[in-house]
Amino acid sequence: MSTLAVALEARSPAKLLVWVAPIVVVLLVYPWVATQYQAMLLAYGLVMAIAALGFNLLLGYTGLLSFGHAAFFGVGAYTVALMVKYLKVSSMELFLAGAIVASVLVAALFGVVCVRYTRIFFSILTLALSQVLWSLAFKFFWVTGGTDGLRVPTPALLGFATAKGDKMDFLSHTYYYYILVIFFACVALMWVIVNSPFGKALQSIRDSETRAEFVGVQVWHHRWVAFLVSGVFTGIAGALWVPLNGLITPDNLLWTFSGKIVFMTVLGGFRAFAGPIVGAVLYNYLEAAAVGNTVYWQFVLGTVLVVLVLSLPTGVVGTAGRLLERWRGRTA
Amino acid sequence: MDFFFIHLLNALLSAATLFLIAGGLSLIYGVMRIVNLAHGNIYAFGAYVTAWALGRLVAGTPTPVLYLVLPAGAVGAALLGSVLEPTLLRPFYKRAEEYQLLVTFGLLMILGDVMHFVWGPYPLSASALWENSGSLSIAGNPYPNYNLVVIAIGGFAAAFLWAFVYKTRFGIVLRATSQNMRMASALGVNVNRVYVQAFTLGCFMAGLGGAIIAPSQSAVLDMGVDALVLSFIVVVIGGLGSLEGALVGALIVGVVREAGIAWFPEIELAVLYLMAAIVLLVRPAGLFGRAS
Repeated sequence: MSTLAVALEARSPAKLLVWVAPIVVVLLVYPWVATQYQAMLLAYGLVMAIAALGFNLLLGYTGLLSFGHAAFFGVGAYTVALMVKYLKVSSMELFLAGAIVASVLVAALFGVVCVRYTRIFFSILTLALSQVLWSLAFKFFWVTGGTDGLRVPTPALLGFATAKGDKMDFLSHTYYYYILVIFFACVALMWVIVNSPFGKALQSIRDSETRAEFVGVQVWHHRWVAFLVSGVFTGIAGALWVPLNGLITPDNLLWTFSGKIVFMTVLGGFRAFAGPIVGAVLYNYLEAAAVGNTVYWQFVLGTVLVVLVLSLPTGVVGTAGRLLERWRGRTA
Repeated sequence: MDFFFIHLLNALLSAATLFLIAGGLSLIYGVMRIVNLAHGNIYAFGAYVTAWALGRLVAGTPTPVLYLVLPAGAVGAALLGSVLEPTLLRPFYKRAEEYQLLVTFGLLMILGDVMHFVWGPYPLSASALWENSGSLSIAGNPYPNYNLVVIAIGGFAAAFLWAFVYKTRFGIVLRATSQNMRMASALGVNVNRVYVQAFTLGCFMAGLGGAIIAPSQSAVLDMGVDALVLSFIVVVIGGLGSLEGALVGALIVGVVREAGIAWFPEIELAVLYLMAAIVLLVRPAGLFGRAS
């Protein structure tokens, strides 16, 4: 395992602090040194990082590749939009609570169906089920707005902070910090989960299902819980994403959006805890740069993906770790 | 009753193209165990090549000549496939399935934008062939002859493939490689060559599916992504890797879609995806698949 991964995986607080502290400081001061647009872009990246972090509990730690995580993202986002439309709610905390409840329900149901299978069958089953939700959002336009989607105004945070006046300023400062706090909470929670006995059991299932079963791990049950947790993280990301974007359309339920989440995770490296986080933020910048500079941005991203998978299968974090290790070996 | 007949013809029409796309997808999976996400855009590529080739011809070209140009898309897609397999896919057979899905997903994005670049953002239509073919009357309603040609091509393709896979020497080699690649290799089969041939044949089928759809529905950019998920449903119902399964799956999906459009349009797609999910649950290898 690479040094960076070791440093992040080893539970030595001092080593961890060296890596984490500067990143935290940068994230905290960023909205004050960067432009509004840049801060918004990072906010998008952090939200997607929560989604990818949840996704990676399945891919990196349980060994299940879901091609349907757009379902949970969409469920979280549409729950918020429907709460605005039908219940006239404007509190972000209620949105999050609603999104968590909805994604728990959907993930629990989908999980029962999907975790009976592994490998390609799991991938196709998650894809098929997420497409069910997509087609419902697409066709029931009187509820979901069809391809026009649903608009979501900026919510009230903690009951008092609202967007009076400048909406962009609100999103790039107040809402940015709101996202940041939830992002830290999610990262900490996921850290605890993957290092808990439960997380270790998942990794044992990933490495050898048969052996895990022999030492007494209830494979089916563990996979189902992992699926549930993974779905809820992605659902939270969906709920946080909607106010930022202001609009939710069925595109965020389509399987190509699931593919994007997979892309981010592999870009960062799914074998490292920090992989999906780095990957999501990086992907966001990459996509923004590609979309901003050419209409053929899909070509750019597709090429990056193919080259990445061909040459850097351990992702950015994994490769950086390996380079660091080599450099240390040379200086030592 | 005649109304029913028209619905049946429409169901067969969508089954014919679906079989060509899904059959190619299934063939490729059956032989090299790769789920080719780029397959949808290979189908779209076939549609674009045919639409482009038909568009190059001067107005007033006799209809038989137009029909001769029709397979251009299939040939184009086959050529594309024969280049893609050795260069991009071959390094991935020994890697985990995740990487194969990712690389073909990247390829899907790349091909989509290549078509965008070459043929522009607007639909490319080639309706001359469709219009020249005329129509016949079924119970007082006009029905385009061209649709009957498409159904016939689908039927011929199915028969031809069956004969190819079960009655020729190449078919035996193909099936042997699909059942046990190592054993086939040990018995002197050039596995790399079989892989290129199978992938090319799969792309030829997808390209043909695109080619025959181009005159009636034009070539549009997102047709590939849409067709891909539909053909996923087909292969999941029929069984990944089985050609019989692809045929039966295409017929089932064709009939359900047609019934859905007529009677339950809101949940037509949802019903299809749910069917696929239920089949996966009851028979994970599909109706005709064999458990691996």
